[in-house]
Amino acid sequence: MTPLLSVRDLRVSFQLDEGVVRAVDGTSFDVQPGQVLGIVGESGCGKSVTMKAILQLVDRPGQIDTGEISFARPNGEIVDLAKLSPRGATMREIRGGEIALIPQEPMASFSPVHTVGDQIIEAILLHSHRWEQDGRKITRRDARDITVGLFRDVGISMPEQRVDAYSWQLSGGLRQRAMIAMALSCKPRLLIADEPTTAIDVTTQAQVLALLRDLQAKYNTAIIFITHDLGVIAQMASYVVVMYLGKVMEQGPVDAIFHSPKHPYTRALLRSIPSMYGQTRVALPVISGALPHPFNRPPGCPFHPRCPDVMAVCSVGVPRLLPAGDDQLASCFLHHTAAEPV
Amino acid sequence: MAVAGDIAEGRVAVASNWRLVWWRFRRHRLAMISAGLLIFLYLIVLAPDFFSVQDPERTDARQAFIPVQMVHFLDDGSLSPWVPAITGKRHPVTLRMEWVADPTRKVGVRFFARGYSYRVLGMFETNFHLIAPADPAQRIFLLGSDRLGRDQWSRIMHGTQTSMTVGLVAVALSVILGVVLGGLSGYVGGKTDQVIQRVIELLQSVPTIPIWLALSAALPRDWTPIQVFFAITVILSLVGWTTLGREVRGRFLALREEDFVLAARLAGCSRMRIILRHMVPTFASHIIATSSLAIPVMIINETSLSFLGLGIRPPAISWGVLLQEAQNIQTLALAPWLLTPGLVVIVAVLAFNLVGDGLRDAADPYSN
Amino acid sequence: MNAVAQKLLDVRGLQKFFPINKGFLQRTVGHVRAVDGVDFTLHEGETLGLVGESGCGKTTASRCILRAIDPTGGEIHYQTKTGAVVDLAKLTPAELRPLRAEIQMIFQDPFGSLNPRMTLLDNVGEPLLVNGIGNRSERADRVAELLRLVGLRPEFMHRFPHAFSGGQRQRIGIARALATSPRLVVADEPVSALDVSVQAQVLNLLLELQAQMKLTFLFVAHDLSVVRHISDRIAVMYVGQLVELAPTDALFRAPQHPYTAALMRAV
Ligand SMILES: Nc1ncnc2c1ncn2[C@@H]1O[C@H](COP(=O)(O)OP(=O)(O)OP(=O)(O)O)[C@@H](O)[C@H]1O
Ligand SMILES: Nc1ncnc2c1ncn2[C@@H]1O[C@H](COP(=O)(O)OP(=O)(O)O)[C@@H](O)[C@H]1O
Ligand code: SF4
Ligand SMILES: [Mg+2]
Ligand SMILES: [Mg+2]
Repeated sequence: MTPLLSVRDLRVSFQLDEGVVRAVDGTSFDVQPGQVLGIVGESGCGKSVTMKAILQLVDRPGQIDTGEISFARPNGEIVDLAKLSPRGATMREIRGGEIALIPQEPMASFSPVHTVGDQIIEAILLHSHRWEQDGRKITRRDARDITVGLFRDVGISMPEQRVDAYSWQLSGGLRQRAMIAMALSCKPRLLIADEPTTAIDVTTQAQVLALLRDLQAKYNTAIIFITHDLGVIAQMASYVVVMYLGKVMEQGPVDAIFHSPKHPYTRALLRSIPSMYGQTRVALPVISGALPHPFNRPPGCPFHPRCPDVMAVCSVGVPRLLPAGDDQLASCFLHHTAAEPV
Repeated sequence: MAVAGDIAEGRVAVASNWRLVWWRFRRHRLAMISAGLLIFLYLIVLAPDFFSVQDPERTDARQAFIPVQMVHFLDDGSLSPWVPAITGKRHPVTLRMEWVADPTRKVGVRFFARGYSYRVLGMFETNFHLIAPADPAQRIFLLGSDRLGRDQWSRIMHGTQTSMTVGLVAVALSVILGVVLGGLSGYVGGKTDQVIQRVIELLQSVPTIPIWLALSAALPRDWTPIQVFFAITVILSLVGWTTLGREVRGRFLALREEDFVLAARLAGCSRMRIILRHMVPTFASHIIATSSLAIPVMIINETSLSFLGLGIRPPAISWGVLLQEAQNIQTLALAPWLLTPGLVVIVAVLAFNLVGDGLRDAADPYSN
Repeated sequence: MNAVAQKLLDVRGLQKFFPINKGFLQRTVGHVRAVDGVDFTLHEGETLGLVGESGCGKTTASRCILRAIDPTGGEIHYQTKTGAVVDLAKLTPAELRPLRAEIQMIFQDPFGSLNPRMTLLDNVGEPLLVNGIGNRSERADRVAELLRLVGLRPEFMHRFPHAFSGGQRQRIGIARALATSPRLVVADEPVSALDVSVQAQVLNLLLELQAQMKLTFLFVAHDLSVVRHISDRIAVMYVGQLVELAPTDALFRAPQHPYTAALMRAV
């Protein structure tokens, strides 16, 4: 099966006055059609920047340095998103039309001066050909009906009334759902959800996750699901990518990642979550040290200053992402000796 | 790199908010250039006479509409600035005076030389000028002269003083009104807030030009130029504080909900301390940015009012008063240099806007 | 927690209604009953976890106890350092002032809870300053000690909050809460905004500080595994009321209320 999206050795950097931030530093992963791919990593490890790079939305002064982002269009054509012009017609058609983003800041994503419904109706009219059936044109009325239907699908109660609400009148959970409805309004083939549940409580979170799973089953949409919550990843994803300082540390099927993690970073992360069954009120195992400042990336393996299994080679070469175990890939010298070319 | 990064990090870490604002502002080249220009303009405001060549009120009907006399710096290869002398002939048909420059007759010009005497800020008397004719008996017109033979250059210097001061004072008054009323509205809330908000809406919904017209037309005709000047400033700021008031109120409302303000309350801080130590410093940089964007609006307003003859009136000089001189087509065709105040207005307004934009961008170092 | 521990806080029938205002004149047309009759006790040295879904009133209840907002009804009996029992709900702001030092708060958002315009010295030292504790150099010493306590380098004291990561800022916030040696600390989702690895560090720090300083925690959170890890007892809140309050083990072994059971299934 050809992957829907295939990212190869993506590098994105920000040239700041104080120095260069290499936000994404050689990331590779694939998304298969209809798959839920989970990306986990601590804040600042480059998750959001990777997603913005896919959509060519990296904030200035950031830029894509190298890398390929191959995306399969509905007509079977494969395009390299990294080479497209950010404001070109193709990119605009893909962005919002074929790939939709649920951004990390839902408050900032709706304009406060128009109702939520109006904004979604506009989006539907913009991509109206995706909703047309039997050659009948989509009118504003139809678009409104579709919006109400989407609101119902994403579990917003009283959708007819809520369509006319402004974003600031909705509670956090409702706004998040409206955002998902907005993302679905163009029937995307790939949905990117950037930390969609970080700000909401367990019950609402469970509902949003269930909703995303249902939608994935109903429309066969592929989802890239970004979070720093390992528990959420375990529930949602079938395949997991673990990132640290802009690099992929380990990737593999969800069971393998949780039951036989190969990379010391993944292992340490899993140990540091309080368990539902473990002893309470005791010190949790923690990863020693802190995330380095983005200007001070360590040489060699990015995790080596904090790694419990560090070896002499680790501070010299950068380990490549290669098979480790049955179906995982890990970038760690414990599993192979291949370093990245300098 | 690691070490350099460490040093940069340490330097940024102990930088106060104002220092961060300055670092970011410094990066805007245009804003920096504009700031330099504004500083220069305010130097003129402090001592317009120093920059003038002649007394701006000195009239001489026989020297009306003299064209621009260009300054030449080199005389036969040596540094000795001069302007060409001007000789006038009456046109035999139209009987109008026609002035021609005579490059063979040079009038010497000196920098930092003595000229007419004046008082600096009403305090001490001096007769030093940036530029003066070498022979005090000579008159030179760097930007030509007007219908009464007054020196346009010197009049622009004095107009700069009035117009820039009106802008600054009117904005200062607006800021005081805006911060006090907006702050009251935002911090006290309730009925006070409602009343102030309705007043702002009212003020913002009536078209401004008719209000100014009405208010300034109501000024007694026999007021002295100084009184009119202050009245105009007050009128401008009475109408102008609303935007700032809204902004300050919004900031207060937002800040009231900030965790660090609650933390200060829980620490036991008094209301006054919370406002002065926690809230005001947080939006002070925004107020400065907003104000520097409001000054050019005030300047334009004053210029328009005076141009229409409803603002500052002669004998006081402002950019608007000067432009009034250029009101009819005939003068324009005859003496296009009378439009130079318009150029100055444009430059000043642009500079304020660029500085304001730069400040606004720099004001929030925590935005990313 | 031992059986003879002192009652530090005794909350009875706590209520907080927010008016709903409508129209041009902002007339009150009804009330949101955000907290509607909450009872619980807190013993010295224990941690009480407070869980419930978004909007159920956890924050409102905890802010009433801190008197960050004024409760509509109910009593909040608090035993002060001197042994006297006062009703926090009835005290005037002036009477509350001296008690502020004893009851402190840790915030959820590590970015919004520190004044970005003040150095760590001023941020952490402010409770000392306004309560008139120590002179300038004594305060600096105390701030250095507090920073060391929460695992930060004392040299950082002249830096501004913008120079720190989320986890470090949370430590700074904790240092500020501990500045006046409080007895009761209300923590509203103190680790929700943090990464897992940082979350573990902060949880460890809180447990350590509690043992060291005999702190009592009211710990609000929505992550059940976190609440379970840190709490001695857990109170479950549902639309403004407590539906269940039980020791952690008992609650997880045999939830009594259907809502509690539903909450646990959601994990
Ligand atoms: N200032 C206010 N005015 C009106 N209603 C309010 C106000 N503050 C809170 N409420 C309402 O009170 C209820 C409880 O809010 P509260 O913030 O205590 O919830 P919470 O349990 O802390 O939720 P979360 O988990 O989302 O933080 C909600 O219905 C909320 O909308
Ligand atoms: N607009 C920007 N300017 C400068 N640096 C940025 C910008 N956006 C992101 N970065 C940097 O890129 C890195 C990755 O950020 P991000 O992808 O947002 O992390 P996360 O994994 O939490 O989503 C961080 O070091 C961040 O500071
Ligand atoms: S390469 Fe070395 S330092 Fe990096 S994770 Fe593996 S063992 Fe640890
Ligand atoms: Mg992110
Ligand atoms: Mg809350």
